[in-house]
Amino acid sequence: MAGAKEIRSKISSVKNTQKITKAMEMVAASKMRKAQERMKAARPYAEKIRNVLAHLAQAHSEYKHSYLSEREEVKRVGYIVVSSDRGLCGGLNTNMFKAAVLQMAEWDEKGVEVDVCAIGKKSISFFSRFKAKVISEASQLGDTPSLEELIGAVKVMLDAYDEGKIDRLYLVYNEFVNTMTQTPRVHQLIPASGIVDKELTHHWDYIYEPDSKPVIDGLMLRFIESQVYSGVIENIASEMSARMLAMKSATDNAGDIIKELQTIYNKARQASITQEISEIVSGAAAV
Amino acid sequence: MAMTMHVDIVSAEVEIYSGTVTEVYVPAEMGEVGIMAHHAPLITKMKPGEVRVVTDGGSTESFFVSGGILEVQPHVVTILSDTALRAADLDEAAALEAKARAEAAMSDKKTDYDYAHAKAELIEAVAQLETINKLRKRK
Repeated sequence: MAGAKEIRSKISSVKNTQKITKAMEMVAASKMRKAQERMKAARPYAEKIRNVLAHLAQAHSEYKHSYLSEREEVKRVGYIVVSSDRGLCGGLNTNMFKAAVLQMAEWDEKGVEVDVCAIGKKSISFFSRFKAKVISEASQLGDTPSLEELIGAVKVMLDAYDEGKIDRLYLVYNEFVNTMTQTPRVHQLIPASGIVDKELTHHWDYIYEPDSKPVIDGLMLRFIESQVYSGVIENIASEMSARMLAMKSATDNAGDIIKELQTIYNKARQASITQEISEIVSGAAAV
Repeated sequence: MAMTMHVDIVSAEVEIYSGTVTEVYVPAEMGEVGIMAHHAPLITKMKPGEVRVVTDGGSTESFFVSGGILEVQPHVVTILSDTALRAADLDEAAALEAKARAEAAMSDKKTDYDYAHAKAELIEAVAQLETINKLRKRK
């Protein structure tokens, strides 16, 4: 009978685990919906600022921003790696780190050094173990990150670019394709290419107030920040849907284990009853 | 009929307004500007303050922006509003903080940061009050 009791306690512990994973699944599902809405809400700004920059690149400004031109020699590159703060979301972070590390290894072969800006706790702990140099970090952004919390971490990287410490800047995050698929994506932030290059129709320029330089500088800064922000938002949506899937399969697995344990328990119970009966019968025969 | 143009007011986190209007008033860095359709292309920074739009129906709507960038094309006006408090020294403070976190050595920078933060908050609060006062007077 001792076996039966052990099995029973095991069943109840698996059931508890199942309850937790089920709850986490549902929480992740509702958070995912909200995160998707936030993604949608952030889209107009990203589109508009891109339009403005495209116009600007078409205009004949005497001032060209350094973020738009390619540097000839690349000695050091920067990566902004966006991860989740919490685990239990399947292979989401691991896959993304793999994609990032693969690229970093390529740079390494060429003798180019890598600086990292880590956003999210997982990313911080991963890169502190990894040999890359972490020069800025931001974490605990929560489910509703505000741009304010990212400004500092991003500015460190932009300053490094301005000072010529890094010659390229990339953003790594998980792209939210749909609920079932999230793919790690490496996106080049600086030099910002592919914004422009439509045919110029006529010669024109903006009126800049007060001056072209501060205005364009400000605009570029906002543009980079908005890209990082939308990366973070998208990563959260990915995290939630990955967690939802991971927890769903965990709940299913727990169900399977419970079923198996229940069968074993029933068999043990039956065996002990059979044994008892046979003992009683043989006892009666002896009298 | 008055000539109209399209106005989009967006911030990084949400779309604030989008519609067809006849006039827009914006708190540009060099002073308030009023814009009507066929304005010359203009691009400028904004101060914290009130953005007013006169819709093609004739009604006025106003919004508060805490700075940002204004882009004017003859038929499209785009207002890229900041959501966060922004100032050069404040950004610097945030950068320092992020660095310090990375180096795990945040000790004496605190006071500087707080001053810059308070200053920017004050500027925004004053602008917000002005907007409220203006709105009150109009009613």
